[in-house]
Amino acid sequence: MAVTGVVLIGFVVGHLVGNLQIFQDPDHINGYAEFLHTMGPMLWVARIVIIAAVLLHVWAAVTLSIENYQARGNERYAIKHTIRATLASRLMKQTGLVVLAFLIYHIAHFTLGYAQTENFKDNLNTYVLETDYKVAGFTVVKEGTEVLDVHSMVILGFQNVWVSAFYIVAVGLLSYHLLHGFDSMFQTFGWRSGRWSPALRKITVLFCLAYFLGNLAIPASILAGKVQLHEGFTREAFEEEVIFDGDLSELDDGEEADQADADVSADSEDDSSNSN
Amino acid sequence: MVAESNSTKLISVTLRVWRQPAANQPGKFVEYKASNLNPNMSLLEMLDVVNDNLERQGEDPIAFAHDCREGICGTCSLVINGKPHGPHRGIASCQTYMRSFSDGETITIEPFRAKPFPVVKDLITDRSAFDKIQQAGGFITVRTGSACDANSIPVPKGDADLAMDAASCIGCGACVAACKNASAMLFVAAKVSALGILPQGQAERDRRVLNMVSTMDELGFGNCTNYYECSAACPKLISHDFIARMNRDYLKASIRSKFKPESVSTAGGAA
Repeated sequence: MAVTGVVLIGFVVGHLVGNLQIFQDPDHINGYAEFLHTMGPMLWVARIVIIAAVLLHVWAAVTLSIENYQARGNERYAIKHTIRATLASRLMKQTGLVVLAFLIYHIAHFTLGYAQTENFKDNLNTYVLETDYKVAGFTVVKEGTEVLDVHSMVILGFQNVWVSAFYIVAVGLLSYHLLHGFDSMFQTFGWRSGRWSPALRKITVLFCLAYFLGNLAIPASILAGKVQLHEGFTREAFEEEVIFDGDLSELDDGEEADQADADVSADSEDDSSNSN
Repeated sequence: MVAESNSTKLISVTLRVWRQPAANQPGKFVEYKASNLNPNMSLLEMLDVVNDNLERQGEDPIAFAHDCREGICGTCSLVINGKPHGPHRGIASCQTYMRSFSDGETITIEPFRAKPFPVVKDLITDRSAFDKIQQAGGFITVRTGSACDANSIPVPKGDADLAMDAASCIGCGACVAACKNASAMLFVAAKVSALGILPQGQAERDRRVLNMVSTMDELGFGNCTNYYECSAACPKLISHDFIARMNRDYLKASIRSKFKPESVSTAGGAA
């Protein structure tokens, strides 16, 4: 639990730090997304490690839950009493399940485009970087590169109140999950000792609060209109482009016209990868 | 620590007690009235009074485990109103007094519940699983015969105190009973640490933690998910910091045991 938990905490923190670039000009988040995509095999190595960590984390949780349930024996206590176990520790399964459901939706939303397909990055106009995107002082994506418009996708996505609400609830529960998880990590790895315990608890609470506020800031600012679509964004231009670029050859095979949308998104994905 | 009032007004309570004739027979809760009780009698003395009445009526008395009745032997168990050893912090069942309960209250008394602690009868559970864990590594190697010179091995005061904190474990099993996962981590951590902190315990340190933890797992105790109910229920208030200490010891011992060279003679003899 702890080892996979640490990998996942590392990921969610990195993910948050990367995404906070939405508060800068669109060059940042779009350049960052392009930079991740240019990493190619390294991106997939990272993805596989994270997916494996998620699967192992869930597997460990299920195994532990079954073993722990069986360890009590056939007769349960007539009176359930809690002396001091925190609510966060007792709700790990529930918060974990909501976060897992959100994780699936989040990937379907921003990575695969199955949810809110019309706002998916592949279905929006490409964005041309106005400045170089730099990581640690090195230019990784050059000015003038045509990249996917992640900035607009995120803003359009979070302008939907329900999408934002689910996101806020999920990151809230994830923060709550970490309130026990992050603290448990110190215990499981044996880093806790009497003198450090109160300080470690404070570090945990501060970490979870900062993580929640950081995540909350993104949809909250978009809903409040503090972060807006960049000036160059138009949806119309894209729709015209679809008519021009739309590959109708697939339809000739007698497939349903309903599939046109899916084909278009697949085609534009090809286009964007070609342009790289 | 336990006195709530100095009142000597007699009280009456209703007991809801788990009755189970034998390990392989089903059990159920049975209610008993206990009237006109001196509030300064202990809970176990109250059970003695109830049992006297039951015997007079020709009924089977309530079986419960007890020995020293002064909180140091670890024989008494009992889950009282959902909490092992009753409502107070750092107190065993035997030192819980009737003044801790109010007049007319219903007190539910259950046995410790854990798969490795099967019920023998009524409120008595078989806690010999703890003995098996102890036998797996809860010892040190010492020279038998004449006693060693008392101060031949220097022990820093801080280490001695810390080891004594862990050694105050009376092996009652309240940690298992209180843990939502029926985990024995606090007991094992206390036994591992009490010896592992002292110089005399170093020879078997790695072997001790590895063997005791694996025996604990084999016996079917649950896993630690850091609820910390164990240390809250412990009548000796042993800290769950010892669990972190054991986790650290276990990790180091696992790594060291992988790289430790073995003598040809003890590794099976094949050269």
